Amino acid sequence: MSFFLETLIGGLMAGMLYSLVALGFVLIFKASGVFNFAQGAMVLFAALAMARFAEWLPAWTGIGNPVLANVMAFIISVAIMFAVAWLVERLVLRHLVNQEGATLLMATLGIAYFLEGVGQTVFGSDIYKIDVGMPKDPVMMLESVFEGGILINKEDFIAALIAAALVGALALFFQKTPTGRALRAVADDHQAAQSIGIPLNRIWVIVWCVAGITALVAGIIWGSKLGVQFSLATVALRALPVVILGGLTSVPGAIIGGLIIGVGEKLSEVYLGPMVGGGIEIWFAYVLALVFLLFRPQGLFGEKIIDRV
Amino acid sequence: MLYRENGQFKSSYAADQQIFPIVQDRWAILGIVAFAFAAVPLLANEYLLSAILVPFLILALAALGVNLLVGYCGQITLGAGAFMAVGAYAAYNFFIRVDGMPLLAALLLGGLTAAAVGIVFGVPSLRVRGLYLAVATLAAQFLADWAFLRIKWFTNDSPSGSVSVANLHVLGWKIDSPVDRYLLCLAVLVVFALLAKNMVRSAIGRQWMAIRDMDVAAEVIGIRPMFAKLSAFAVSSFIVGVAGALWGFIHLSSWEPAAFSVDRSFQLLFMVIIGGMGSIMGSFFGAAFIVVLPIFLNQFLPWLGGLVGLAVSTATVSHAEFMIFGVLIVFFLIVEPHGLARLWSIGKEKLRLWPFPH
Repeated sequence: MSFFLETLIGGLMAGMLYSLVALGFVLIFKASGVFNFAQGAMVLFAALAMARFAEWLPAWTGIGNPVLANVMAFIISVAIMFAVAWLVERLVLRHLVNQEGATLLMATLGIAYFLEGVGQTVFGSDIYKIDVGMPKDPVMMLESVFEGGILINKEDFIAALIAAALVGALALFFQKTPTGRALRAVADDHQAAQSIGIPLNRIWVIVWCVAGITALVAGIIWGSKLGVQFSLATVALRALPVVILGGLTSVPGAIIGGLIIGVGEKLSEVYLGPMVGGGIEIWFAYVLALVFLLFRPQGLFGEKIIDRV
Repeated sequence: MLYRENGQFKSSYAADQQIFPIVQDRWAILGIVAFAFAAVPLLANEYLLSAILVPFLILALAALGVNLLVGYCGQITLGAGAFMAVGAYAAYNFFIRVDGMPLLAALLLGGLTAAAVGIVFGVPSLRVRGLYLAVATLAAQFLADWAFLRIKWFTNDSPSGSVSVANLHVLGWKIDSPVDRYLLCLAVLVVFALLAKNMVRSAIGRQWMAIRDMDVAAEVIGIRPMFAKLSAFAVSSFIVGVAGALWGFIHLSSWEPAAFSVDRSFQLLFMVIIGGMGSIMGSFFGAAFIVVLPIFLNQFLPWLGGLVGLAVSTATVSHAEFMIFGVLIVFFLIVEPHGLARLWSIGKEKLRLWPFPH
């Protein structure tokens, strides 16, 4: 029982991290109808910037305090992600308004290639560490309830908390601020939003900025877990089933979907994996999402698809 | 002046329904095919044949298959690499496990297996479409990656996980030198391109296009969406599977599942979009672009670095390749979102009037 719970909680926390990456997809898709395959590259790029500046800043300026260095590196990385967002809107999206979904998808793949290339040229292509002082040691919990208690990784737990906090902040931003309202208006209907005076281009920049921040947070958390390396870009592929499970246009969907996929992956790997030779984590999420789509084509919380001729 | 159809009257139904209604087109295509069969093997050296032309021909075939599905039937797929893998491994198993299996039969059986798998993974297309479908087809990709890595039966229990084939014959013709490989791939490509060209102007191709343009409207006028979509998946996967088998047997001759990774799927979709969706010709343009560009960059960048007196390391070159590739793709999409095939048809329109302004 306690092993099952451990797996379950591990899955939930991994799921929280997936939803963090998935959020980036959903934000951009909602506001601009672009399925942003570059999200993974953005995670890698942001994490690389963060890791390298945290390393470079003390060497350049002589800041001894690691917290200060981390904070400054974070600020610089945010600025870089904002610059990326602005450039993407200015140089790519603006010229591709009203193109087909597949064309936009391919354009974001082009952006992904570019970011991967630039990131590794500027910041180097080794494995880097991000050390933001996350505790690494596991703790025992609920020892009074179960015999032996449950082993929980503190780092995962904190990461899940950060992810939850970010999700909450984003929800507030979307629901309560004027900019958030404008974002939702654009998501509903581009033309209508434009006709009441919402500047589409600026909204897109904002959305890409927000997606850049989620990418940075995801990059920091994943990076401090696994080290910053090229494989970080493939996190996006792991988060895709989350997005379609939850619905491409739904923020809560990204979170619930992330939790379902996280738990499903872990449980399947532990209980089903040994039967078929292991390593099924990668595709299990996709098959789960696929089976789900057969019954509910718009995802858990997606808007109902209405066809008109 | 040279390229115009004035005076070419069609006096029979057969003449009206030719694949290439304009005489000049007909001769140009015949000329290109004759050149490819007769002159290229004499002119090209070994490197050109085995590093550029053979990959180009095989990937053009795969892109053709993907284009039938994405460009003609409007079902976006990111699982093309998986169907290539299924084709390659199925052909391998037929070839190895059945005594005296001829090469061509193994290739076709590989294609048929891929078609069957394609139909299974095409089922979600009946419920979801667009980007949801694209992600759903990624399931095929990851499942195939896993299956060919973990299930030992598929790789004939080879300890390293890689499989290889040798002693390839087609009707007594030994496929040995690069020229033989080139000619075999070319022959297969020409046959399939002709079939595809005919298919998209037949009833079934028109059904696909109707589904692509508006599936609800197509259903209302009596097109069965299930049949149309699944047949598109089957035909596309068949062609992609044959291409995968050729890629394994002829180009690599010894391969691992990594040869058909998700990057391959993206690459094929790139070819279709850059070449032009819904155009047979576009598949060739796209394949040429994607195959030649990395090789060109690989050669060109160190040369450029040497010109300005900069020693460029191989790592930098590969990163710069990524960057330039990404930029060029975005550039092409912005300049001509309908692909190189569209540029080609604009060129032809201009040529019809030339040298007069209108």
